[in-house]
Amino acid sequence: MVHSARVVALPNLKTAPPAQQAVLHPLAPKPVSVLSRVVRIGTGIVTQLAPPVLTIAFLLILWQMLASSPTSALPSPMRVIGESWEIIVDPFKVGNGIDQGLFWHVTASLVRVAYGYTLAAIVGIGVGVLLGQSTLAMRGLDPVFQVLRTIPPLAWLPLSLAAFRDGQPSAIFVIFITSVWPILINTSVGIRNIPQDYRNVAKVLRLSPIEFFTRIMVPATVPHMFTGLRIGIGLSWLAIVAAEMLIGGVGIGFFIWDAWNSSLISDIIVALVYVGVVGFVLDRSIAAIGHLLTRGTAAQ
Amino acid sequence: MAYLKIDHVGIAFQRAGATTEVLRDVNLSIEKSEYVSIIGHSGCGKSTVLNIVAGLLEPSQGGVLLEGRAVSGPGPDRAVVFQNHSLLPWLTVRENVELAVNKVFRGKRSKAERRDWTRHNLELVHMAHAENKRPHEISGGMKQRVGIARALAMEPKILLLDEPFGALDALTRAHLQDQVMEIHGRLGNTIIMITHDVDEAVLLSDRIVMMTNGPAATIGEDLRVDLERPRRRLELVGNTTYNDARAAVLEFLYARHRAPTLAA
Ligand SMILES: Nc1ncnc2c1ncn2[C@@H]1O[C@H](COP(=O)(O)OP(=O)(O)OP(=O)(O)O)[C@@H](O)[C@H]1O
Ligand SMILES: [Mg+2]
Repeated sequence: MVHSARVVALPNLKTAPPAQQAVLHPLAPKPVSVLSRVVRIGTGIVTQLAPPVLTIAFLLILWQMLASSPTSALPSPMRVIGESWEIIVDPFKVGNGIDQGLFWHVTASLVRVAYGYTLAAIVGIGVGVLLGQSTLAMRGLDPVFQVLRTIPPLAWLPLSLAAFRDGQPSAIFVIFITSVWPILINTSVGIRNIPQDYRNVAKVLRLSPIEFFTRIMVPATVPHMFTGLRIGIGLSWLAIVAAEMLIGGVGIGFFIWDAWNSSLISDIIVALVYVGVVGFVLDRSIAAIGHLLTRGTAAQ
Repeated sequence: MAYLKIDHVGIAFQRAGATTEVLRDVNLSIEKSEYVSIIGHSGCGKSTVLNIVAGLLEPSQGGVLLEGRAVSGPGPDRAVVFQNHSLLPWLTVRENVELAVNKVFRGKRSKAERRDWTRHNLELVHMAHAENKRPHEISGGMKQRVGIARALAMEPKILLLDEPFGALDALTRAHLQDQVMEIHGRLGNTIIMITHDVDEAVLLSDRIVMMTNGPAATIGEDLRVDLERPRRRLELVGNTTYNDARAAVLEFLYARHRAPTLAA
């Protein structure tokens, strides 16, 4: 009884929207309905965008008021725009040495992050999978990792400079060592949390190790993995800016350091806006990829 | 020669230095196409028996013979419907069944045949209409039906059901019991089902195996239910065979082998 009621309910659901429209149309003539739809979408966008836009405007005005006294140590937004107009309008400038547009500085930093982070993702996921499979290895290595992961990124830098004797690989190593821990730990936790039921299903079906890996382990662990990957990308970006300040060369971190040495406070503020926006985009990109890959699993 | 023979099976678990003997000297012979229920108080070791037959647990003593051959390790010839459906949440209903079908019949049947077979088994449990839904989008009873379809689709020699209707409301439960009875009547599967429910055991089974309380639980009584098939629950209300069987099981569970402690 219960069952047949459900079967009937399903097609009904599918036909419901057209029926609704049929009721709406005679009441609302077409041009008006299109107009009202445009208005509705417009209102939607406004209600979505208005709060952040208003908040930012408010903060800018507050900043302008606080920093406009002649004794203020920091420039007001208007002064930032005035003083740093050159770097704001020409992010693609190509010059000598570190005299490059901000776009190129950010790109240089992103390339370092890409190397270090990719390495961290490969090693973190690989070792995480192995560790999650073995209780013994986990018991032995977990305390070591828990200690290592609390070491601040920059504390690795001297060691890494001593080992590599060069800025570029040192920076990449710092990115790697910073972001590998959350990826590794979350992956192994994900593997260990695969419910026994799924393992039993795999056993009854006699899935091969490769089939078990692709059909059960990866989908069951992907949400955990992406938690780690997302924390990792955030840490990478934090670390690269700091590391570049000490290493030099082209990069947004060194750009900030250089601006500080030349007392160009306005340039620093513009650079900070870039750092913030790029960090935000990185975080959201990883989250979006994770969301795409975990569709359907997250709900369980 | 019995189709399935559980032969002097015993099992003990070691935990934190202490050994608990859960099963001792369990003997059971099951014929082909027989529907056998195992009933007993919670924690006595019913799931453990089933897992040993499935090959998911290794007995400490004795062994299991299927068609005269010793069982070692799990395999699709002994399909399990687990206590909590255990569908893979990232696969759709159809993909869950397909995973089993492709694994068991790859190389034996063409792709089209395998697809039809998946579809056929979903139709058998009346779930074909929801084949593209994911497990979290369907009800508990529907999930259990998909679990049954997945098990049936493997064409197992023996179907192992661990409290398949345990988590369902009474109406859905009755409906699913009817469906399983109908499938059993049509396909003649050999089935072992674990249950807590006396009425369910009597209605569905050819034999009811009653387990004593643990530790070292074993089979206390083996009752044959001589009711003609197909059975209809409404017609059995006043039936003496039905009522006698029911009384015998109740007597075993609540007079002779009461639950050891209420806390357990
Ligand atoms: N892997 C294990 N290690 C240790 N003890 C176990 C293990 N599996 C089961 N047991 C113990 O064996 C006993 C029987 O467990 P089992 O799951 O077979 O009971 P059950 O009859 O299926 O109970 P229920 O009706 O509640 O499902 C329990 O006391 C349980 O604690
Ligand atoms: Mg159980």
